Amino acid sequence: MNPEKQLDFSYFPGCSLATTAAESNQSMRESAKILGLNLIELEDWNCCGSSSAQTMCKNLSLGMAARNLSLAPPGRPLVAMCPRCLHYLRNAQRCLKQDPQTHRELEERWGRPIPLDLEVLHFMEVLVRYGLDRLKSRARRSLKGLKYVPYYGCTLFRPPALKQERYYQGEMANILGALGAQAIDGAYANRCCGSFLSATDPEIVIPLVNEIVGSAVQAQAHCLVTACAMCQLNLEIRCTMKTRAPVFHFSEILALALGAKDYEQWFIRHLTDPRPLLQSLGLAA
Amino acid sequence: MNPANPGAMPAAPQELPEFTPHTRRLLEEVEARSEAEVSRCYHCGACANGCPFTGAMDYRPNQVLRLLQYGMRQEVLSCNTIWICVGCHTCSSECPMAIDIAAVMETLRHLAVEEGVAIARPDILDFHEAVLRSLESNGRAHKLGIMLRHKVRTRSWFRDMDVGLRMLAKRKLDLRPSRIQALHEIKDLFSCYWRESK
Repeated sequence: MNPEKQLDFSYFPGCSLATTAAESNQSMRESAKILGLNLIELEDWNCCGSSSAQTMCKNLSLGMAARNLSLAPPGRPLVAMCPRCLHYLRNAQRCLKQDPQTHRELEERWGRPIPLDLEVLHFMEVLVRYGLDRLKSRARRSLKGLKYVPYYGCTLFRPPALKQERYYQGEMANILGALGAQAIDGAYANRCCGSFLSATDPEIVIPLVNEIVGSAVQAQAHCLVTACAMCQLNLEIRCTMKTRAPVFHFSEILALALGAKDYEQWFIRHLTDPRPLLQSLGLAA
Repeated sequence: MNPANPGAMPAAPQELPEFTPHTRRLLEEVEARSEAEVSRCYHCGACANGCPFTGAMDYRPNQVLRLLQYGMRQEVLSCNTIWICVGCHTCSSECPMAIDIAAVMETLRHLAVEEGVAIARPDILDFHEAVLRSLESNGRAHKLGIMLRHKVRTRSWFRDMDVGLRMLAKRKLDLRPSRIQALHEIKDLFSCYWRESK
């Protein structure tokens, strides 16, 4: 494959990346641009349905995810960064394959085809599949010296439809390792961040988050790197310890290595300021 | 149960629940809807050891499966475990019998809502409701709106105020919702959705 050629993808940001985790969205777009991966946002996308629709009504959840599929033009894969969005989009394809009647009804209702063979990929999958050579040739800052805990969150580490879906463990270390960073074992890298209980039951989530962040500090990692925007938020807002480690979105570290310049505007949105760490490693001015 | 020997049989056999066709129906219904074979559980407890949230649950995950095996519909649908479960699938991935326990919890939440039993954690159900209201009005989740609605409904105005303010200060909470153009396509989807009677 010609490493100079620009590759087109449809892109589904999802509600978190569009709002609370805008820094994840910006750094991901920046990285993609540098790597020659053209992310074209789905026009008029809606929420994937999230856990709440799944909890209240399966048909609603299916319909919300399916509408996004119907917005994707044929011929290019659909990319998501949020693990749950990815899961609900893929799950909708799986359900509609088993239920041709609902598939037809939804297509007729919207007057658009709902492609069931459309490839729905996680951004990390895109990087590993299309970008590993590009990654090395376009890296501008070495991540050498950065010790991080790869925190995948539940949906990438333990896909909800276990039998049908793939596991992603190792993927983050493949990518950030290629850029010089060192993954640290021995921390709670796969423990649940508490999800929506962070909103309804902070007293349950605070000790869990403290355990996760504390385990990373104890394993002598400099920081945690998350694949999921909700994990990142929970690990930041629910940590009550004095000694804490910064929590990065995966795409922020990636963009930093690729020489992105506008990192300042991402990092000021963090509740634990990561700039002193990055300055000490010579990764940020 | 004898606390010194938790594996011992209860002393009074007449206290065991009766197995009736009704017992079977609940188990079969949950197994069919969740695509998980609950009857395979032999209570090794791996799920409960892995679950990060058991401290807040009234029944541990395998105990929920036990209630199902006994056909104890009322107890299982009104326990708080099914609402505290966030679906992180630690239990499902640790189960040596490959039972997708998280899928069972999800099915039980659906059943609890459909059958109108007393919900053990109405505030959690209310939070999901608040998310759905936001999705219905905007097509996307508006977090500030969701949190405000949830606070009004649970009358917990001052709890977590500091976190909310820090998120606002970091511009993590948009004041205005982002609304999609073809909102009618979303509103149509809500016709199937269970609504609270209040």
